[in-house]
Order: sequence, then structure tokens, then C-alpha cells
Amino acid sequence: MNIVVYLKQFKEPQWIIGLFLIILVWIAGLLDMSLTTLFNESLIKLAMNGVLVLSLLPMLNGGMGLNFGLSVGITSGLVGMCIGINMGLSGLVGFLGCIIFAIGVACIIGTVYGKLIIQLKGREEIGGTFIGLSFIPIMNFFWTLVPFSNRQMLYPIGGKGTRPRIGLRPYFAGVLDQLWVVEISGIKLPLGLFLFCGLLATIIICILKSRYGRGLIAIGENEQFAEASGVDIEKLKIRAVIFSTVIAAIGICVYVQSYGFLELYDAPLTMVYPAVSALLIGGATNKRGFVFQVVIGTYLLQSIYLLSVPIANQLLLPEISEIIRSIIANGIILYALIIGGKRWKHA
Amino acid sequence: MVSYYTPSLLVERGGNMLKMQSLIKHISTRFVPLLFIVCSIIGLLASGLSVHFVANEVLNRFIRNGVMILALIIPIKAGMGINFSVTVGAMCAQAAFISVVAMDINRFKGISVLVIALLMSSVAGYIIGLVLNQVKGKEMITTIIIGFLANSVYQLVFLVCVGGLFAVPNRDILLSRGIGIRNLIDLVDFRGVLENLLAVDIAGVHVSVFMIGLVLMVGFILHYFIETPFGQEIRCVGMDAEKSNKVGINSEGIRIKVMMLSTVLATLGHLIYLQNIGMLNVYTGHLKHEVFASAALLAGGATIKEAHIKHAFTGLILFHTLFIVSPQAGQELFNNPALGEYFRSFIAYGTIAFALIMNLKENDINT
Repeated sequence: MNIVVYLKQFKEPQWIIGLFLIILVWIAGLLDMSLTTLFNESLIKLAMNGVLVLSLLPMLNGGMGLNFGLSVGITSGLVGMCIGINMGLSGLVGFLGCIIFAIGVACIIGTVYGKLIIQLKGREEIGGTFIGLSFIPIMNFFWTLVPFSNRQMLYPIGGKGTRPRIGLRPYFAGVLDQLWVVEISGIKLPLGLFLFCGLLATIIICILKSRYGRGLIAIGENEQFAEASGVDIEKLKIRAVIFSTVIAAIGICVYVQSYGFLELYDAPLTMVYPAVSALLIGGATNKRGFVFQVVIGTYLLQSIYLLSVPIANQLLLPEISEIIRSIIANGIILYALIIGGKRWKHA
Repeated sequence: MVSYYTPSLLVERGGNMLKMQSLIKHISTRFVPLLFIVCSIIGLLASGLSVHFVANEVLNRFIRNGVMILALIIPIKAGMGINFSVTVGAMCAQAAFISVVAMDINRFKGISVLVIALLMSSVAGYIIGLVLNQVKGKEMITTIIIGFLANSVYQLVFLVCVGGLFAVPNRDILLSRGIGIRNLIDLVDFRGVLENLLAVDIAGVHVSVFMIGLVLMVGFILHYFIETPFGQEIRCVGMDAEKSNKVGINSEGIRIKVMMLSTVLATLGHLIYLQNIGMLNVYTGHLKHEVFASAALLAGGATIKEAHIKHAFTGLILFHTLFIVSPQAGQELFNNPALGEYFRSFIAYGTIAFALIMNLKENDINT
């Protein structure tokens, strides 16, 4: 799609968010913050969260709406990583090994999640929300009872149950971030990280353009018509859910290596709504989403998140940045729901 | 007028298919309450808690959460699913308490809390109704997002604006930096004012007759309210909004009124809850009420299409019995109270997820 055509599709929220970002950058400039450092960080933030946002695409294009049960995919990724860390994998090779474990776990959990999701015809969003929410306590049982042997993962006292927060410095913190970094006049480009994310994005584009992807998009556009033309809806939908779960599992691996800490228990829930609203800021509708929308939406939202913390600390109260973040994230989702409803009414 | 087709009617029509349907419907509506009864009995035996203690707690929670659950029934009747934005009603109740304490109002405290709360909640309900009219078919996810958004706005007002943008007479409730309300406000003037009316002890169980009567009365009023012409219109909109528009019912207006009523009831419920507890957790007191209330309603056998007053009352007792015994049961069985806690939240969320999945399956059979 041509970039000019895309810009013409921008609606009010994109303009407002873009304007807000420009104002924030201007204030940051006035406060003598280093804009190059902030820009470098924003690039890392983009790649860090981008894969999680990408994972929403297969389900969105398959007519299953926004995946509010993203925490299922995230948690299965965390299980895979924990298995890897328990074996003591480290470095880039260890990171890739962890991703393979994560994919394996995500395939199993994704199949179950997909079987549940296809029962919820037309109500995938609300159903996914509660499947995601009830999956977290189940996994809390797992985290408490799982017999891991690596002492650095377990509670220091008692030695039973995993810690809520595991430091990754001895394993693979920042392996992708520091891979093939090119520096051009102060701006650091983490090429390794970008190549990895670009590879995933390319895989998604290729799959959506394949025979399977076209079938999926046909389901998203008109389910009855797709069924009449001989598409096996349930099979395709379950595969889309598995695909989404696998990408989300890889996404949390990328996020975690950049963040440096593995957060278990209830932490995955906090990542769902920012990811969904990033996709909506990029201009995705309730029916269709594209990879470039993911890139633009994630960059806008994450840059605002990044800038709001130091600015709020200097100018206002520290709490205000957290509040404004959640107002933006949830406000965008509400706006998209209302706009989607209006389209439905006119159709 | 519209009549619910009952399982017996289906059997009369004959045919194995229909018998199967009614059987499935019977099992699926009874399955959740039965599961809760079995789990509660196992939990009660495993925890070793005395029946006295559990009965006391259940009665207390019946009073605390009763009206909040009743607030969920009317939106279900109007075909809007579960109203997860009852948290907004809870926030209105808390905001009313905070403003009365902050303004140093000395006379008619209770009345002013009630008036402020009702005014705020009707305005909030009106706005929610307007939003929900734009998102027909996706009301439930929208109410969840509205709840989150309202929570952020509530935090913005009481953590930043109070003291920052406008001053308040009572400076004792502000944080030491002068901006924002403290985490905890003592509602000593309101604590248990209604509880101790007509309280009796029956075999060691403290029973507040007035409060139980109040909750039951709200239930009965709602029950008869559904039979009034306005209630019939609500049910009609719930069955088919398009057709009720054609017979001259303003379905959008009805939906707005339904949301106002639901939010006002939720506010009343939370007022009762707060005066029972006597403490106000400013930033966390309103959270998760929507999940527990809807899980309790569904535990009583309601679905997202059908809910009655009896579902609310049975659900309250079943859900809260399980809720009280499970941490202690986790401690006794696995030597770890956290497991009981996880089981509790799994029960709350899992019940809702299960009801959503089951209900849509039922729809498939019907159409």
C-alpha cells in the first residue's frame, strides 16, 4: 500500500496521538533531555513490544477480533523460557533454544485455546478476555508447584516455587539488543534485533499471502461465504489461534531479553491492553490489520510511554504518567469499539 | 406478550431432538450450581472451619454484596449481557463518601452521601448507556473497557486534581505532600449504622434482620418491577431490539434507562458495602467487584441471556461459601494458603469464561 494512501486513512486518534507525541518531544527538548538517547531507546522499545503486537494479526484477520487473551500466549512463552533457564541455557544460542521450547509449549496450549475460541462465535473478544484471565491462576498453580531445580529461579527461603521476578543477567539479557549494533553519529541501530523482528514480520506477511492466509482472510470478511466455497472454517481458525499464540510466545522472549527480567505470575495481564491499543493506534479496524500498522502504532504508543515518564517526573507528579498511559491505552480501545459499531450500523 | 418457552413446552412439542435439547438445557443450567455445591462441601470438610463461622461470614457477605449482584440482572434482561461497568457505580459511591469527608459536612451526613452518590451514578449511567448504544452486540467487552477507563479517571481526580487543582477544607485526608487523597479513609461515623438496627443473635450467628430484609426487599421490588409495563418493555428489547422498535418501543431510550438503573443499584450496593466495612480503600476498594458479582450470579445458574432474582440469591450463598473456605482448605490440603487464593480467582474468572462458552453453544442448538 502506498504511504500517502495510508496517511489519508488516518483518523482522529492517530492525529491526536501523533500531535501529543510531537508536543512531548518538544517539552523534552525544552527540558534539555538528550533526544538521541531517547530516540535510541524508542527504537529498542519498538522492537521489544512490536512482536507482541504482531501476534494479534492472525486472529484479527481471521475474523476473531482483537485477541484479549494474549496473556495465554505470553504465559506459554514464559513456560518455555523457564524450561530453558532451568537447563542453564545462556548466550545467543541459549536464547534461540529457549525460543524453540517456547514454540513447543505455545503449540500445545494454543491448540486448547483455539478449541475454546471457536466455540465463541462472534464473542471471541469477551470470551478471550476471560479465558486469559482464568488461565493466569491456573498457571500460578504451575509456578508454585513446578519442580525446577535451578536455585536462582526459586524462592530464596524454602527453595520451593519460582520467584515472581527472575534476573536474566547470567543467561541472555540483551543478547539481541547488543547484536550487530551500528552507530551512525550517536544513533545506535540494533541491527540484530531489527533483523530478528523483520524476519518474524516477513513470515507473517508470507503466511497471510499464502493459500492458507487467503482462506483465513476470506473467513474474516464473510464467514458464510467462505464456508459455502468449501473452506474448513474450524481448522483454519484453530491454526490461526495457534499461530497467534506461537508469535506471542516468541514476542515475550524478545521482550524479556530486552527488559532483563522474567516476570511471572500476574505480570502478563499488564501487557494485553497496551498491545491491543498499539495495533488500534496504527489504524487497524476490528476486521483487518497489516504489519505496517503494527510498526507505526507500536512506535507511537511506546514513544509516548517512554517520554511520559521523565517528563512527568520533572514537571508533575510521578504517578500521573502511569495514569495517562492507561487513559490513552483504554481510551483508544473504547474509541475503536465505538467506531467499529458505527460501521456495523451503516453496513 | 412474549412468553419464555419452557423446557416442558419443548417436550410437549415432541420429537427426540427437542427432548435432547431440553435435557442439555436442564443439565447446563444446573451444572454450575451443582459443581459449586460439591466444591463447597469438599472445601468445608477439608478446611475444618466451624459451620458457625462460615454461616456468619456468608450472612455478612450476603448483606455486603447482595444489591451489587441485583444490579446485574436488569441489563441481562435487556439483552445487554453482563454489565461489568458496575465498578463505575462503586466508584460513584466512594466518591460520594470522599467528598462528604473532604467537604467537612457535619449535618445530615448520611443523606448527603446518598444524594451525591445517586446524582453521580445517574449521570454516569446515562453516559454508559449512550456509549453502549453505539456498540450493539459488543456491550460486554465495552463495559469492561469503560470500567478501566473510569478507574483511570477516578485515580486522576483523587490522586492528582484534589489538592493540585482545587483545595479541600479537610486537609487531614490529604497525603503529606498536600496533593492527592490518602489510601485509607476512616468512615467511623458511618460504620455499621444500618447493621445494628434490629440485630438478633440466633444460635451464635449474628443476624442483622434489617439489612437482610433490605436486600431481600430490593430483590422483590426488582422481581415485580419486571412485571410492570416498563419491565415488559425491557424484556421485549432484550428479545429483539429491531422488532420492538417496530412495535413502537424506543429501544435505545430503554437501554439508557436500564444502564442508569443498573449503575444506581450498583452504587446503592457499594454504599451498603462501605458502611458495613467502615473503611474506605480509596484506590483499590472498588476493584474486582464486577468480577465477583457476575461470577456469583452465574454460579447461581444464570446465563448471559437469562437471569432471575433466585439465581442472584442462591449464587451469592454458593459462591461466597466456596470463597470463604478455599484459602483455609488450601492451607490444610497443600500446606500453602496461596494455592487456595489462586483457586479462588480461578473460580471467579473461570465461571464467567465457562458461562460464555456454554451459553453460545446453547444458542447453536436453538437456532
